[in-house]
Parts: sequence; C-alpha cells; structure tokens
Amino acid sequence: MIALIRRLLVLFVRILVGARSEWRGCTPDSSRRIYFANHNSHVDTVAVMAALPWPVRRLTHPIAARDYWGTSAFRRFIAEKCLRAVLIDRKPAPDSNPLEPLERLLEEGRSILIFPEGTRSATDEIAPFRSGIYRLACRFPDVDLVPIHLDNLQRILPKGSMLIVPITCTARFGKPLRVEPGEEKAEFLTRARAAVIELADGGHAA
Amino acid sequence: MTSLFSIVLAAILGLLAVASAIGFILQRRATEPGSVATVQNLNARIRSWWIMVAVFGGAILLGETSTVILFAFLSFMALREFWTLTPSRRGDHLALFLSFFVVLPIHYVLLGTEWYGLFSIFIPVYAFLILPAVATLTGDVNEFLARSARVQWGLMLTVYSISHAPALLMLETGTPPALLLVYLVVVVQLSDVFQYVWGKLLGKHRFSPNISPSKTIEGLVGGGASAILAGTLLYRLTPFSPLQAAAISTVIVVAGFFGGFVLSAIKRDLNAKDWGYVIEGHGGVLDRLDSITFAAPLFFHIVRYWFTT
Repeated sequence: MIALIRRLLVLFVRILVGARSEWRGCTPDSSRRIYFANHNSHVDTVAVMAALPWPVRRLTHPIAARDYWGTSAFRRFIAEKCLRAVLIDRKPAPDSNPLEPLERLLEEGRSILIFPEGTRSATDEIAPFRSGIYRLACRFPDVDLVPIHLDNLQRILPKGSMLIVPITCTARFGKPLRVEPGEEKAEFLTRARAAVIELADGGHAA
Repeated sequence: MTSLFSIVLAAILGLLAVASAIGFILQRRATEPGSVATVQNLNARIRSWWIMVAVFGGAILLGETSTVILFAFLSFMALREFWTLTPSRRGDHLALFLSFFVVLPIHYVLLGTEWYGLFSIFIPVYAFLILPAVATLTGDVNEFLARSARVQWGLMLTVYSISHAPALLMLETGTPPALLLVYLVVVVQLSDVFQYVWGKLLGKHRFSPNISPSKTIEGLVGGGASAILAGTLLYRLTPFSPLQAAAISTVIVVAGFFGGFVLSAIKRDLNAKDWGYVIEGHGGVLDRLDSITFAAPLFFHIVRYWFTT
C-alpha cells in the first residue's frame, strides 16, 4: 500500500514539475553517497527523490526538519512513510548530536540527501552552507558527496506561497567531491557551495 | 467517417512503415560520425511519429471528448514548456498559477461544451484583463508591460491557438468534423516532414540562419509544394472542392511555416534550441505543435465562415 502511494507520489511530481535528472559529473549508482542540494521550496525533496532512478531512490533518505515536517500527521506521513525521510531537530539540545541518525544510515550503507543551506532561501541566491556537511564529510572520508542543483523551484513554489506552478524542474548532478586532507571547514564549505552554483547554468543554448 | 478515417490511418501507417524501413537501411549504411548522428536523429523522429500517430489516432477513434482532453493536455505541456524557458518573477506567480489551473481548464470546458461565444473571447478579452490586474496586487512594477505580454502570449499561443484544432469538432459542415481535424493535422505535419526531407536532400540556401538554421529555401519550396499537393488530393475528407482544397492547404502551409518561424524566434530570444524534451528527436510538444499554433485558428475561421451550414 505504502509502495503504491510512493509510486503515485513520484508520478504526481513527475507530471507536475517534470523532475528530470541530468547526470553531469557522475552516473546513478546505488553505492552510499551524500547528496546535497540547494533549497528553495517544499518541493525540493520530492523533486530530487523523483529524479533519482528507483534502485537509488530506494536506498536514499532525505533529511527533513522536524519543526516543519513533523508538525502534522499528514506531513509526517509524506515525509517518513512516502519519502523515507529522517526528521531532525534544527535547534538541537546542547549536548546532543543531531547528526547521529544520519551517521547511522551511512553506517548501514544507505545514502542521504541534505540541504546544507539549512533553510529555504527566499531568492535565487544560494545561502552559505552550514557546517553539518563538513562534519559528515570528515566522519565518512570515503563517501562521495554529490552536488545537486535544482532549477526553477523558486518559480514553482516560492517561499510564502501554497500554489504550485507546474514549470519543469531539472535536478543536475555534479562531480562528486570529498574532503581533502587538512582541508579547513570554511574552505570545504565554500568549495561545496561553489560545486552547486557551478551546476546552475542550464546549458540550454546551443 | 470511420471508413474514410481508416483509409487515411492505413495510409499514414504505411508511410511510417516505409520511413522505418528506409531509416533501418540508412542506419546500416551510415559510417561517418556526422551522418550517423543525422540518421540516429531521423530514426528517433520516426519512432516518435509512431507514438504520436497512435495517440492522436486513438483519441480520434475514441471520440470528441477524448480528443478535447488530449488537446487540453497538449496545451498544458506546451504552456509548461513555454514557462520553463521564459523568465518570470515572484510577482507573476499567481498569474501563472491561474493560467495553468483556471484559464486553461475553463477554456477547454467552454470548448467541450461548445459555448463558442465565450470560448472565442475568454482568453483574448477576459484573461487579458484579469491576469495583469492580479499581477498588480503584488506591487511589483518591474518590467510590468513585458511580463504581462509574456503571460498573455503564453496563453494565446499554447492554449488559445492550439485549441482551435479540436475546436473544429464543433463545426457542422456536412462532413464528419473529426475528418477536418485530421485534414489540418495531416497537412501541417506533412508540410513539416516534407520540408525536413527536401531540406536534407537538396537544401543549400539558408532561409534565415538567425532564426532557424536548418530551414532552407529548397526545403520550404519543395516541402510546401508537396504538402499543398497532398492537401489537394485529400479534398474528399473535407467539404471543399479540389480547387478550394488547394487554396486552403496553401493557407495552412504558409501559416504553419510562420508559426514554426515565430516560435523559433522566441526560442532564439530565450537562448534555447528546443522547447522541451518529451518527444524523442523532436524536442518538446511545442516544437511539434509550433506550426499548428498559427495554422489552426486560420483554418478554423475559414471553415467556420464559408463552409458551415
């Protein structure tokens, strides 16, 4: 039953926003990876999940904010059951490790999808990345971090609106990166953010 | 209508079978990288033609409602392709939402219920006034005129114009209206196909490299003439005499040409090569329907004015 709803959800998203994928820097692969993308709208998570081929999607868990996706039974159902999302606290208790559920998934050989900007941005600008992605990269130095750029989502469902406009969204997957030996946090976060920005060019012109 | 329609369908399937056979032979012969790419694209186009003929033929066979629904869906896809490439601002969001989910469905319901009076003015008059009015509510005046024009052009081209093809179904001419739709689509698409074939075989002189680099004068003349000839021979599908059919196919071919040309100019303006990606070898829905956008309203009005009872 859940599997059917999941498939319908993916189909619905494909019809609504296309959710195409364009593999630029790597190919779909079911080995464990950390996918990270720019964050503009509530459709982002579903759009990436729908853009992933099924064998990869099956093993990939998006990370969602508990203060949004955990607030109603319906949202929790969509997030946890349909998208296999893991809900985490954006403002964790001081002595807890909010990344713990993510680390556990990666240890189990699963992939995760994170939005390192932390929150949806209100413009096309990509906000500076938060440090969680650096900590994950250091903790799992042998895991590929795959940058993803989502285009048009600002226009599909802007922050503050409930109305979806069915413009096509493309998820572009870039060249995987890893933290280099001795690389500082700020340096890595800038590099990771640049990798997403670099994918922003649609390459429409021919 | 079924017997005539079956003959046309059989002829199209026969043509496609011949095209597939030629494509197969060319594929075995092609060796240079350049010609291999051309043949691959040709074969992708032929494969897509099979699917398009199956979908369109199936909808016609199923009846009027399914044909109208098919065109509503095609308009939806075309409008989405239009807005995927065309820039918009936050202030346009509500107008875009209304275009997709209010104006488009209402327009096709008016078509389905054959309310011609409102069908013909709903988008050009009411959407034209209401959508910019809605856009003012956000207070964003940046490029307001250009933005309003884009919203209206999107609807006029992809919804209003395209819908004049299925609108033929509401015309009483003494012949089955579905055949008029088949006639329009066959002449327009044959014109495109013949232009492609003639252009590939004989094309030397570019018509307008700025707008449409692949269009050649040889392709236009040869393709146009072949399509007009086909349109004349198919006069039995229509209430036209052979001479009228020749004149009307000429109008369809010329309008279709300008439809393709104007939509290419918009694509170049937006720095894109294709409108979309859903039809393998062709690009998007709008790449395939660009000629229809101009030919359909003209053909509809010619038939409605001179041939309805």
